[in-house]
Amino acid sequence: MRFRISLLLFVMAGLVVAFAPLPVPAIAPQERTFQIDAHQFAYSPSELKVNEGDTVIIQLVSSDVVHGIYVDGYDISVEADPGQSAILTFVADKPGSFRFRCNVTCGAMHPFMIGKLTVGPNNWLYRSIGLAALAVLGVTVSRKQKV
Amino acid sequence: MAKIELTRIPFIKNALKSRYPQLAVFIVMLIGYIFAILAGLIGTPVGSHNFSIVFVWIAWWAILILVAVPFFGRGWCAVCPIPLPGEWLQRGAVLSPPDKRPKWLNLRVPKMFRNIWLQNISFLLLALFSSVLLTTPNITGVVLATMLFAAIRLSTVFERRAFCRYLCPVGGFIGLYSQTAPIELRIKDKQVCVTCEGKPCYNGSQAGYGCPWDVFPGGLTKNTYCGLCMECIRTCPHDNIAVNLRPFSADLAKPSTRMDEAFKAFIMLGSAMIYAGILLGPWGILKDAAYNVGTDAWFTYVAAFLAIIFVALPGLFTVGILHTKNTLPLKQRFASLSTALIPLGLMFWVAFSLSFVLTNASYILTALSDPLGLGWNLFGTANATWQPMLTSMLAPAQTLALVGGLIWSARTAQKAAGEVKVSPIPVIVYCFIATCLMLWLLL
Repeated sequence: MRFRISLLLFVMAGLVVAFAPLPVPAIAPQERTFQIDAHQFAYSPSELKVNEGDTVIIQLVSSDVVHGIYVDGYDISVEADPGQSAILTFVADKPGSFRFRCNVTCGAMHPFMIGKLTVGPNNWLYRSIGLAALAVLGVTVSRKQKV
Repeated sequence: MAKIELTRIPFIKNALKSRYPQLAVFIVMLIGYIFAILAGLIGTPVGSHNFSIVFVWIAWWAILILVAVPFFGRGWCAVCPIPLPGEWLQRGAVLSPPDKRPKWLNLRVPKMFRNIWLQNISFLLLALFSSVLLTTPNITGVVLATMLFAAIRLSTVFERRAFCRYLCPVGGFIGLYSQTAPIELRIKDKQVCVTCEGKPCYNGSQAGYGCPWDVFPGGLTKNTYCGLCMECIRTCPHDNIAVNLRPFSADLAKPSTRMDEAFKAFIMLGSAMIYAGILLGPWGILKDAAYNVGTDAWFTYVAAFLAIIFVALPGLFTVGILHTKNTLPLKQRFASLSTALIPLGLMFWVAFSLSFVLTNASYILTALSDPLGLGWNLFGTANATWQPMLTSMLAPAQTLALVGGLIWSARTAQKAAGEVKVSPIPVIVYCFIATCLMLWLLL
């Protein structure tokens, strides 16, 4: 009985860690412009950090072959010819961490030409680490109760 | 949960006992394998449009790591085409044993190689070249062909499936993780095996071949080295072999004491983390280093890769368990407690593969219609546009896999620590730190 109650408590705590709303810092949305150089098989810069609500303008410049940029989660993309630039504009209205990746076959390592966009704090990472800590605690406590 | 004997169902038993269903799958697999070699060698050099890359490293890999290994253990080995030509040659037959078998050398594998160190080395060799292997069709073609010919060559020199058992880079980790699978092949009654004359399951008979995996089924206690070839079901004169459904990770209740298996767990855990960082991370400099084989950067990458796997990960693990109070030698505690890393490693690979596979799965449609990249459009899908799948579900699914793996490993650590009578806390802390690192790499 005690074991079942503990299990229930841990499951409820897990749901709180995973889904409880967190306070959102009140930061006025801005326009953020990034010039990204794309070359086989990397972006420079490869990590972008913006706040939720910011208008993001990515100027993609390809320095060798045709490259593109596709943002996971936002499902938007743009392509740039060699020596040319292309603009991708969007409002970062989804918080979290997203990979962006080349969407034009550009050579052998093309599937792994990847960058990272973080919108606001990467809360899902912190929540996941919280869940992992809770899981360890739960397993340890449940073992002690069984013993 | 009690075991459920699947072979009590006549349909399943007959399907496993007959050679024809397995042969039909074997032939399809062998044709696919040979086509993958040819596609790699003569098809387009663009990996994402070549059958060898798309069907081996995306489709097959997805099925293997997300379905076959977690649920069927060595189920893939049961239908793998690599040992077939060599085995047919060795046996002088495709189906039942012939009256007169060909005279090959039929040597025993030397005792010093009867472990999985060679498999650890062969996996690491592929892993160090993986950025090239995963993306370059002709390299994939050469590696697939080399594995096929190595299996043939070994079959003509050594007895049974020496390649599968001691050299296959894939078989090593499938064996390790098959211990977690909810399926097993075991004997029904030990006493029947003790009194059985001639041991046809191991030595063979007119009904079938002796165990190709060099295992005496009567002594099977874990899945690691049973290839689920079903030969013993055919040869057992007492109907004493069963295929059972069982709880997940039943084999891990009895921890391993072997260093080759312990290091396999570290190799797999470390490789998943390194791949997550290099292939899925945003760091172009690491990708360049991993891809440009032979350069100074690549040698640095190799040194770092090996240092992480052979020094950092086992070193930190050893430091963690060093002060666990016990009379057992440290080596034995190390081997036994590393059993806890098996579920964690499997779930690391699941989390890594989810990202890789869901992002690139749409290439399967393209390669299906135009497998060689020659402009064909066999099924009207050659021009399907690339589109990542389920990206919004990816992060929660990866968290679920990693946290689930951590819970699984923590429970395994408690059982393993109970067996060697030490505290499981250092191992659980180690697994927690590794999980946090993997979460950071993937999310």
